[in-house]
Amino acid sequence: MTSVSTHFALDHEEALIFDIGDTKRSGVDLPSPAAHKSRLGNAARTAEIGLPGLSEPEAVRHYTRLSRKNYAIDMGVFPLGSCTMKHNPRLNEKMARLPGFADIHPLQPMSTVQGALELMELLAHWLTTLTGMPAVALSPKAGAHGELCGLMAIRAAHEARGDARKVVLVPESAHGTNPATAALCGYEVKSIPANARGRVDVEALKAALSPDVAALMLTNPNTCGLFENEILTIAKAVHDVGAYFYCDGANFNAIVGRVRPGDLGVDAMHINLHKTFSTPHGGGGPGSGPVVLSAALQSFAPLPYVVRDGEQLRLVEQRDAAAQNFGRLSAFHGQMGMFVRALAYMMSHGANGLRRVAEDAVLNANYVLASLKDVMSASFEGPCMHEALFDDRFLKDTGVSTLDFAKAMIDAGYHPMTMYFPLVVHGALLIEPTESESKASLDTFIADLRELALAAKAGDVERFTAAPTRAPRRRLDETQAARKPVLRWEKQA
Amino acid sequence: MRYLPLSDGDRAAMLARIGVSRIDDLYRDVPASVLLEKPVNLPPAQGEMAVERALSRLSARNMAAGSAPFFVGAGAYKHHVPASVDHLIQRGEFLTSYTPYQPEIAQGTLQYLFEFQSQVAMLTGMEVANASMYDGSTACAEAVLMARRVTKRKKAILSGGLHPQYADVVKTATAFTDDELIINPPAVAGPDDLATLIDGETSCVVVQNPSFFGHVADLRLLAQAAQEKGALLIVVVTEAVSLGAVMSPGEMGADIVVGEGQSIGNGLTFGGPYLGLFATRQKYMRQMPGRLCGETVDVDGRRGYVLTLSTREQHIRREKATSNICTNSGLCSLAFTIHLTLLGEAGLRRLAALNHERACRLAEALSALPGVTVLNDTFFNEFTVRLPRAASDVVEELAARGILGGVPVSRLLPGQAFADLLLVAATETAGDEDQDAFVAALREIL
Repeated sequence: MTSVSTHFALDHEEALIFDIGDTKRSGVDLPSPAAHKSRLGNAARTAEIGLPGLSEPEAVRHYTRLSRKNYAIDMGVFPLGSCTMKHNPRLNEKMARLPGFADIHPLQPMSTVQGALELMELLAHWLTTLTGMPAVALSPKAGAHGELCGLMAIRAAHEARGDARKVVLVPESAHGTNPATAALCGYEVKSIPANARGRVDVEALKAALSPDVAALMLTNPNTCGLFENEILTIAKAVHDVGAYFYCDGANFNAIVGRVRPGDLGVDAMHINLHKTFSTPHGGGGPGSGPVVLSAALQSFAPLPYVVRDGEQLRLVEQRDAAAQNFGRLSAFHGQMGMFVRALAYMMSHGANGLRRVAEDAVLNANYVLASLKDVMSASFEGPCMHEALFDDRFLKDTGVSTLDFAKAMIDAGYHPMTMYFPLVVHGALLIEPTESESKASLDTFIADLRELALAAKAGDVERFTAAPTRAPRRRLDETQAARKPVLRWEKQA
Repeated sequence: MRYLPLSDGDRAAMLARIGVSRIDDLYRDVPASVLLEKPVNLPPAQGEMAVERALSRLSARNMAAGSAPFFVGAGAYKHHVPASVDHLIQRGEFLTSYTPYQPEIAQGTLQYLFEFQSQVAMLTGMEVANASMYDGSTACAEAVLMARRVTKRKKAILSGGLHPQYADVVKTATAFTDDELIINPPAVAGPDDLATLIDGETSCVVVQNPSFFGHVADLRLLAQAAQEKGALLIVVVTEAVSLGAVMSPGEMGADIVVGEGQSIGNGLTFGGPYLGLFATRQKYMRQMPGRLCGETVDVDGRRGYVLTLSTREQHIRREKATSNICTNSGLCSLAFTIHLTLLGEAGLRRLAALNHERACRLAEALSALPGVTVLNDTFFNEFTVRLPRAASDVVEELAARGILGGVPVSRLLPGQAFADLLLVAATETAGDEDQDAFVAALREIL
């Protein structure tokens, strides 16, 4: 029985704003402009835009209904490997909204934003201390933007020596952004295989190193959730050929407060503030990706940066002839809103708490690994770091794929883990519980995953291939979406 | 620690299940020489009250835009954002969700992205738009790279009316490729002549409208000139509200439109996070960077949305991707789409008209001051004035009187030639009283 509205209980279907709004309606009251002579020349708009409007109650209901079709950390376990979906403290939201941070313009006089510059200086101090690196570039707007920053600094450093190099080495387990970034900086990408233990094949790496290699881009802990135990040998080999060591810091949450990347020989590393330091993922952004730099690279850092002249802080925004910085990565000074949240998070935890964050994240992941490895197939011998990697061997001959397994988790009330990444194992299932999960919540999660694994093996295939059946939508036709793209609403003729 | 649920008892039980005796056993792959024994040298944990106190103290040392007569623009604008916008974007289901890779449980995010893309396409007068970029300046750089992919040519021409920091970002993005950049000298007095610079090697012409100096131009002839030579016209809009009053770039013949969306739904936040708008023609859709959301159906035939055309993207294509971008500005684009839905066509048109009227009033008042010249024939809500003294000094003196009076052009274009130029913006927030206080203070200072 379907209601006229097509709603049932708490589940409300919601039409598009174009179906429910119209161009005459508005949820904002504005005064009428006084009479004036237009200064728009001959470029004034005459054509209608066609934008629908809604009154405030209609708009609030529309977006509230939409919100209820999303899964979120606030609702349950979100074990998305490599993404670090940890709790987002609400204090940080409150702090970011203080008028002295939220309501200041990037170009108002520096004398009127000394508190903001001090916050940036303080954040830089925390980040450089935690990483054991001398400098940090704050302006990159996301992880991949940070990678660009790091590789640009590396390229600028090589070119300053008149040593233009052509190749960047990237392990096959790397995030896709690594090779894409290297290509954007004009480098040729060479892939390095993994060994049977899920780490970089050091012999293959050494064979690939040459005076033409500009950098190695390595994620550590790596995307298999493992610490590269030969990291010191790797760093030395890279430096021996005059190349730089770029570390993808996406997995910093496993080691924050326990290991300083500077001690590992890292020359540049981006830190995803939206992972380790809990700024909200917001359904896909905004992120923030400051890059810590070694002594060898720090003079190549991009504009702008904060300097102190006695009591006064100042942003250096223009290129100084003496400086070697490679330029500017974006307008203005970076993701201030994220800086405030990340600093509030760090101050709340303190040096002791951040260390505990890493330890609990690693403990939770190993607990999941230990509790599931008899029914699911762990890809590598433990211990793991902050995430546990499984592959699809346990589903062999069941008729259930990694995708089906993930979709069945949705019916059990979970967001699936990362699927089919990293590429080095078949049908990967990468689980990152983070430190935010309690033991009770992990125990339930583990019990549900065990039950699913046993059901798959018992031949209950339909339950998996039909899943999800209880979500706001069942499986969506992605092939049709790509073949005949409909990327916007169009008025029906 | 209030954010960590495990108790010491839990930890002990979990270590026992794992089969190790202490946490350091889990770090055994870390070389012993680099595993820290003690916490790093930073302050210890603090409660909410202490953190709030410390950060509030820092915040109080900044002069908030809302506390002063405010006329600062140059790529970031103060507008009134309805209270419901910030309330809605803080719903946990939006705030604490991830990129919608599992569409069955992310229809909320996907539907608003589809609505967002549709609104941006309409607003810019283009056929398709993506789900947002980091900000306007990075979107601009991505547009130049895209023009190269489309035209297979390497020469980009940047107007002297382009925001200088946007030009710098394009310069950075093309520093290590073999692209050639022609950057026109600053176009202070009016739109620059770009048509004559376009030749058969040109991939694109990048024009900001309204320009950095505030001039509004009809770009139809330029579009035609670009088209005749096979080059793309990229139009940059740093004040999205202007699209409610100015002819859309699409109507003028743009091939790619990029913009800063901060003006709608998002606060100033000292420069970020903002959101980049990116729109183009249908035929270039597969060359676009960034995430795209598309409509489809589920197995029961119900309408739904998914991320699509991901074969352009880095997680599939790796080094052959159209861009390395992964993150978009999800929550900022949500704020944008909610605010624009609240405004609707009628509200946006009125808001834009109000901005224009506010700026016209201020321009008139300022030009009556002795020694002050407004340089613009045309403008939307921002214009350039020549002062009888260095603008950077004037701005500091205004700040000392509690007025945030604009951006000295020399902050972005250093050099004596621009020292006496001031960019002045007036949005709907610049009421008569604030304007009068500004004019009176300037009269005294000058």
